Parts: sequence; C-alpha cells; structure tokens
Amino acid sequence: MPHLIDKTLPAFRTQGVTKVYGTGASTVHALRGVDVDIPAGELVVLLGASGSGKSTLLNILGGLDRATDGVVHFFADDLTAMSDRELTLYRRHHVGFVFQFYNLMPSLTAYENVELVTEIADNPLEPAEALALVGLEQRLDHFPAQMSGGEQQRVAIARAIAKRPTILFCDEPTGALDSHTGRAVLRVLQDVNRELGTTVLIITHAAATAKMADRVIDFADGGIREVVVNTTKLSAEDIQW
Amino acid sequence: MTPLDHKLLRDLWRVKGQAIAIAVVIALGVLMLVMMDGLINSLTETKRTYYERYRFAEVFAPVKRAPEHLLDNIAKIPGVAAVAGRINAGALINLPGIAVPVRAQAVSLPDFVPPRLNDLYLAAGRRLDPARPDEILLLEGFAKVHGLSPGDKLSATMSGAKRTFQIVGLAQAPEFLYSTPPGELMPDDARFAVIWMGEHSLAAAYDLKGAFNEALLTLTRDARLPEVLDQLDRMLASYGGLGAYGVDDHFSDRFVSEEIKGLAMSSKGVPPIFLGVAAFLLYIVISRMVESEREQIGLLKAFGYSNGEVGVHYFKFIMAIAISGALLGCLLGVLAGRSLSSVYQEYYKFPLLVFQVDPAAFLTGVAVSVLAASVGGVFVLRKVFALTPATAMRPPAPADYSRSVGIGKTLKAVLDQPSRIVVRGLIRQPGRALAAVVGISAGMALSVAMISLMSGFDRVLDMNFGVIERSDVTVSFVEPLLDKTVYELQRMEGVIEVEPFRSVSATLRHGLYTYRGGISGLVAEPRLNRAVDDQMQAIYVRADGIILAKSLADILHIQPGETLTVEVREGRRPVLQVPVVGVAQALLGAPTYMQIGTLNQALKEQNRVSGAYLRIDSARSAAIYHKLKDMPAVAGVSLREESRAAFKKVMDTGAGAIRYVMAAIAGIITFGIVYNSARITFAERSRDLASLRVIGLTTGETGFILLGELGIITLLALPLGSLLGYYLSMAVSVAFSTDLYSIPAIFVPESYGVAALAVLGASAISGWLVKRDVDRLDLVSALKTRE
Ligand SMILES: Nc1ncnc2c1ncn2[C@@H]1O[C@H](COP(=O)(O)OP(=O)(O)OP(=O)(O)O)[C@@H](O)[C@H]1O
Ligand SMILES: [Mg+2]
Repeated sequence: MPHLIDKTLPAFRTQGVTKVYGTGASTVHALRGVDVDIPAGELVVLLGASGSGKSTLLNILGGLDRATDGVVHFFADDLTAMSDRELTLYRRHHVGFVFQFYNLMPSLTAYENVELVTEIADNPLEPAEALALVGLEQRLDHFPAQMSGGEQQRVAIARAIAKRPTILFCDEPTGALDSHTGRAVLRVLQDVNRELGTTVLIITHAAATAKMADRVIDFADGGIREVVVNTTKLSAEDIQW
Repeated sequence: MTPLDHKLLRDLWRVKGQAIAIAVVIALGVLMLVMMDGLINSLTETKRTYYERYRFAEVFAPVKRAPEHLLDNIAKIPGVAAVAGRINAGALINLPGIAVPVRAQAVSLPDFVPPRLNDLYLAAGRRLDPARPDEILLLEGFAKVHGLSPGDKLSATMSGAKRTFQIVGLAQAPEFLYSTPPGELMPDDARFAVIWMGEHSLAAAYDLKGAFNEALLTLTRDARLPEVLDQLDRMLASYGGLGAYGVDDHFSDRFVSEEIKGLAMSSKGVPPIFLGVAAFLLYIVISRMVESEREQIGLLKAFGYSNGEVGVHYFKFIMAIAISGALLGCLLGVLAGRSLSSVYQEYYKFPLLVFQVDPAAFLTGVAVSVLAASVGGVFVLRKVFALTPATAMRPPAPADYSRSVGIGKTLKAVLDQPSRIVVRGLIRQPGRALAAVVGISAGMALSVAMISLMSGFDRVLDMNFGVIERSDVTVSFVEPLLDKTVYELQRMEGVIEVEPFRSVSATLRHGLYTYRGGISGLVAEPRLNRAVDDQMQAIYVRADGIILAKSLADILHIQPGETLTVEVREGRRPVLQVPVVGVAQALLGAPTYMQIGTLNQALKEQNRVSGAYLRIDSARSAAIYHKLKDMPAVAGVSLREESRAAFKKVMDTGAGAIRYVMAAIAGIITFGIVYNSARITFAERSRDLASLRVIGLTTGETGFILLGELGIITLLALPLGSLLGYYLSMAVSVAFSTDLYSIPAIFVPESYGVAALAVLGASAISGWLVKRDVDRLDLVSALKTRE
C-alpha cells in the first residue's frame, strides 16, 4: 500500500476519537473524544496518569486497535476507514512499536526477534546493526529469558527501529531502565528522529523526558488536557532523571 | 531460514513431549487403519494367488460313480474351461494310542502327470512314485500334530480294509485350508486328515476303476455359473450326482472367505472409530495449543504480518505434528500389518504371502489427520484473527464474572481457597473443560468397546457350551440309522442321557438368497443341544416348521411366517417348502432346527437318526470312548472339551485375535488422551500456577489446583465415556460378528469398571507426571516468558 506521504500534512490528525471497552455495567470510556495533530518528523511525548488512555490512543494510531468513534488520519489516509488488510500493510510498512510489556517472542533470540520484523520490511537495517545501536551487539544469540528487563526493552527498541519506520511508537520505553541506560535509549530514539526523520511518539511517566520533545501532550481521564510545544529542546544526554 | 521457521522449530522442540504424545495417538489411529487394510488386502491377495497358482477349481460336482469318458461331455458344456475327474472318498486313520479313529479324506492324484486342477503344495518329502501303490502324501497340519513325517508308516481303513501306507511327503492344498472334522464347524488339525494317493491304487481300493466320483471344473470368463451347475446336475443325475456347487459354496473356501470377510468387516468398522477418536483428540489439542499462542499471534500481526502469513506459520506447526504422526502410523501400520499377516498366513496355512497395502489407506490416514488438525487450527486462528492485534496481545479477557457472583458466594461457604480456584477455573472456561471431558470420554468409550468385545468372545463360548450345547459327547453315525441304536447307546454303562439328532445337508433358498448348510432335527424339547431365543431361553422345537438362526435369517432375508425352500442334498433329494416358525439366537455357526420326526417325515425316512448327543459320567469316559470306537456304525466322536478348545483357538488365532491388538491400541490411545489433557492443562495454567506460587501458595496447593481440575474433568468423563462406550460396543460387536460366530451385543458391566479404572489409572499417572513439572516449575522463567 503505497501511502502518499505528503509532508505538508501532519503525520496524524484525530477528530473526536473515542474508545469504549465493554458493554453494560462494565463499560469503560478509555478515550472520550481526542482531537490532536501530530506533525510529521516531530518527537512527541505523551504524559498522563495511569489509566488515562495513553496506550489506548497509541494502539489506535498504530493500527493495533480500532476507535469506537471518530476519525484518524495518517497523512492523507483515513485509518478508521481501512480494512484489516490495509491496516496490516500500514503496520508492516510504516509503524514501529516498542510495547509497554516488551512482547518479545520467547522462542527467538535477540537477533531473530529483530529479524522477525526486518524480514518483512522494505528497506530495513541489518538486525545486528540495529542491536548495536542499542548496545546489545554482544547479546545477539540470547533468548529473552536470558536477558534482564532493560535488555529485553532494548531488543524491543532495536526491533522497532530496524525497519526504519515512518512512525515509531514507544510505550514507556525507559520504564524499566536505570538512568544511564535510559538516557542511552532516549538517545537512540532522538537519533532516529533527527537522522531518519522518523516521527516518534513516546509515552512516559518520567516528566523530565518531556524536555527533549518537540511537543508534549498531557493526558487526563481519556482526553487531552494540554498540548505544549517546546521552543527549546534538550538533548537526551542532558536530561536529569 | 526465516525467523518464523526458527520459531517453529523451537516451539516444536519446546512442546516436544506433548507433540510426541499427540503424534503417537494419531499414529495409532492411522496404524490401525493401515494395518487392517494391509491385512485384509494381503489375505485376499494371498488367497487369490494361492488358488491361482495351484489351479483351484471353480466348480465341484460330487457323484457316486461316473465313467471317465463322461468328462469329455462335461468339457463341452458351454462356459467350461477345464475339467478333471478324481476320486475323493472317506477313510479312517488308525493312530496308535488314540482311541477314536480319525476320519480322513482320500484324494486321488493322476499317476504320471501333475493334477490339471486342484494341485497341491508339497511342503516336505517328494511326490508319489506311480510304481509304488502304497505311497501316500499326508496333509501337513495333521502330520505335524501327530508327529508324522515322510518315511513314517500310516495305518488306514478304506472301504473296510485295513492297509498300511508309506508317507513320502507332506502337502497342503487350497481346498483344505480350513480343516474341520466332518460334520463339525471348527477346524481341528488333530482330527482332520487328507491322504493323497495314486489314482490307480485308490480306484482299486474303492472299486472305481475307470470312473471318478468328483468332477472339478474351471470356467471361462463369460460362463454363467447357475447354467453350468444346472447342466452338470442333469448330466450326472443318472450316475448318482450329489449336486454340483461353485467355489463359493466350497466348505474350505467359504469359511476362509467368511473369516476374511469378518476381518474386513471389523476393519471397516473399527479403525475408523480409532482414527475418529484420535482425530478428535488432535482437533482438541491443536486448537488448545493454538489458543495458547494467541498473544504471539497478536504480536506478529502488530508487526504487520498478514493473516495469511501467520496462518501458514501455524499451519506448518500443526502439520508437523499431524503429518509426522500420520507417517509414523503408516510405517508402524505396515510393520504391524506385515507381521500380523504372517501370523494369519500360518493360521490359514497359506504357503505364500503377498503383502500389500492399498495406497488409499495411507491417503485416508494422512488426510484424516491433516483435516482434523487443520480444522482445529483454522477454527482458533479465525477466532484470533477476528480480534484486533491489541486485543489479541492481551490475555483473553475473563468471561463475564457477574454471573458467577452467586455461585462464588456459595463456593466460598463450602470450599477452601484452592478448591474455589479449581471450580472457578472450570466455570470460567466451560468450553475448554467440555472439550477435555469429551476427549477423555472418547478415549474411555474406545476402551469400553474393546473390553466388552474381549469379554464378548469369552461370553460366546460360555453361553454356547453352557446354555446351547450341553452334551459331553457327540456321536455321529456313518449313515442315518434306525433309532433303536439310540437305545443301544443308552444302555452303555456311564451314559446318563442320550438325545438323538438327525442332520441333513441342504441348500436353503428364499427368493434370490441361498445358503448351503444343513438342517438339524432335534427332539421337541431338547436338553443337550437346544435352540434358544435372544434371552437365552430354550425354544420349543415345533413340529410345523423350521427355526433359523438369526444370522441365517438375515442372510436369507426371511422372517417367521414366510416359507423357506429346502433342497435336501442327500437320499431322495426332495425339495421341501417349510414355513419358518421361529428365529433362534445362535452364537456359533448358523444352524437351523426342525423337529426330528417332522424332518424324517419330510424325507420319507421314518425313525432315522444321524447321531446322538450324550451326557456321560466323566469317570467312565475312557471306557465309553473305547466302546464307541468299536461300534462299526460310529463314524465320529467329538468331545465337548475338544470342540470348545477348537472354537477358542479359532477365536484366538483367527479373526478374533485382532481384538487383542485392538484392545492394546485402545488402551494406549486412552492413556494418550488423558495424558494429553493433563499436559495441555498444565501448559495453559503454568503462568497462573507460577503466579500463585509467587504469592505464596505451596507446591502442594498449586499441584492440588491443577490435579483438582484434572480430577473433576476425569470424573465428569466417566459417565459420558460409559454412555459412548455402550453405543460403541454395540457397533463393534456387529462389526466383529461373522457367519462363524456372532458376538452378541451384550452389556458387560465389568468392561465399564475396567475402562473406568484404566482412565483413572491413566489420570493418576498423568497427574503424577504433570505434578512433577508443577514442583519443578521455574517461577522466574514461567513469569518472564510471554510478556
Ligand atoms: N481491553 C480492555 N478492556 C477494558 N478496559 C480496558 C481495556 N484496555 C484498557 N482498558 C481501560 O481503559 C483505560 C485506559 O487504559 P490505557 O491502557 O490506555 O491506560 P494508560 O494511560 O496506558 O495507563 P498506564 O500508564 O497505566 O499504562 C483504563 O481504565 C483501562 O482499565
Ligand atoms: Mg499504558
């Protein structure tokens, strides 16, 4: 699916996106009408309390889930109107994910976990190269069960960036990491954003991370409370943990 | 190799224990199919080849005495391809140390050329030397039992004259595959003998010089058997023709064919059941396995793998298990079929074995496995594909719990914490529990059916010799005698009870259906050989008609009230129209009963008896045999114990033997199903169990949770398994019944008990095996994987 990437349009534009889980008494309104523009090429940070709907929005933007209502545009394309097949191609060609729970394949090594994605991508990095970017060049043949949480998270990042995605979604990429490693990871994300022009969306609970963003979206109770555009950005190395 | 293929191999390796268990179950199902098919095919082919190679005749025409030149006329009958005449007469063999002389058949061989039809296979020694009239060939089976070999002497009585012969060779022949003593149903090598002699010297012994008393024919392809038989009968009528018949009515062929048919019936009926049960298990297990991969499926989809790509990946996984199981089954089936065939080859005394399996059996086996596995996989994959990747990546949402709030409260009152977890687990996923219950029930049903079948066979013998045939000795006379002979028997010391019988051989006809058999004339209220109904209650033998065995009534498609045509093949050869007045439950053979007086009247031979059933004082049995043997009128004496042993042997080595193999396979499949259920439950629960361990439950408590679930599933499976087993055993007993014996579809309570015990035992063993894994559960890695 050759998406028309018109750089004059925002990467994402959502209008009235809602998401309702369940029916009847157990209904949960995870999103209550989200309108936001995410310009292409920016590094955007999503902040907000636990349960406020950040992951839900990310899943919808990433084509992993469907909105209950509202419209989501990816450049000129309407994600909400896409068939399952089109969404699959959208994810395959444009989207990189780093999940909140690393979601590695337990039966594949670090290298193979990355390869799983590069296998079907158009112009990917070498898996080893991607793993070197996150400092795991020594751990290519380790299985997830043989790695620490932070290492697994880095494999997940390598896997996400290896396909050179148009958009990179990261759900708490540094949640499990110490400050040093955390900075290194953010550095990688920043490089991807700067050098490849990838639009990067990061969910985080560490408010300090917001300082490296072009734009900060503050989430509360299923909706956007505030969008702040940073005029000056800090580099990843300078972020105080 | 793509990373997905890596995943495939590693996943297979991870679940190897279970994959092997599943593959073995499906392999056994396929094995059964291939083995039975190979067996039937091979026996049929072997028989055909044997008949062909030794030029077994297609038509037999016994006659009193016909001049040799008549053969030329017979050859001119349209449709006749080849003709041979020979002498086939009765003789008695006297063996040292054996009280009762053995009845034998003496068959002539052309003096200078090999027989044109009905050749023999020389198993040992050499052929006859025409210059030596006292040389004979002896039937191998008989010789073996009595330790006779070429070079030994043999004493035989032919038309009253005792002679000593020289055995020069041992032989087998297609016409004597099934060697039953005259007038009996079951083969007994010890009491069935055939002597082959030169034509010249045999003709001299029976005063048949220049004549034959049996014509053998083969037919051309387009020949019409009934017409040939008709012409032959007319041609031989004035020479004392005894009625020509085709090979299908040949005694040996009929029984061999019937046994093969019996095997074929059970092979049609039973392996599909095994395969079906195995396939069902495969379906359940595969769907549960794929279900447990749901999060990974979601992940693959999140990366942009299409449904097709993910589907192919899991399809390969499924096929690796299903096809390797099926191929293993084919391989083992061929091996088992081959060794079973050679057992049967020996039993049927085929001198050769042609082993072959119909490729369709392989295809069916593989196709059924592939289909069952694919359906199981596709079903789940479709369900998972319907979810968005985000949903699939989360563990399945617990079903609506509000429903079980009430139950929860009740549970809380009566159960402790671990028990509640067990019950909730079952209630929360009733589909999964149901699948496990049905799977185990199917396995149990298989065992029930097979054990019922095993006891069915023994029950047949017990009932037949306890309820139907209750005489100790059956005496048969050389020819029908006046009934005063019965009084002679009665006067013998040690004889407690005597019951005369009259038997005639006859062809029974009803419309298009015919059966070459015989009629037993019994006293009105027999005590020693009775006709019984399906409740095993004695039937009064009415004077106004004939009672048929149920199996025979089925063959002839006749019911009480209808009229049967009886063409008697002895004496005056009358053709009678006899009303059918009853149906009897026969377990062995396909007998028919008439009142002896009525039968004699119809034959216009008053007061004749063919023999008598005797009940004797066992302390005097030796003296009684001796006396019987010395009575010139006595042709044969058969002892109940001998016939019972002969029957038992047929059932244990003939078509019935397969039941042992089937029972063993049923047992393994049942175990495999139970074990699989335990394993998959463990696989599905290992994360939950690890979490429970982490929050402080002991291995004992977590073990209890898992085993409790298994235990409840097993207990629920017992009643369902019994019910399914009941129907299955009915179906199987029908499949196993032949003309020779019918396995009554009886309810054998023990088999349910034994099968239930087997299932419980299998659960206990599986539970123990799985419990070991629960104890060894590596908490860290169990929690780490898959998130
Ligand atoms: N499958 C689901 N079914 C029902 N409710 C759900 C489901 N997924 C999420 N929710 C609910 O939707 C709301 C938003 O969830 P979401 O995962 O988006 O939160 P979040 O902002 O990512 O929180 P966190 O920072 O803790 O990850 C929560 O109240 C959550 O309980
Ligand atoms: Mg979240």
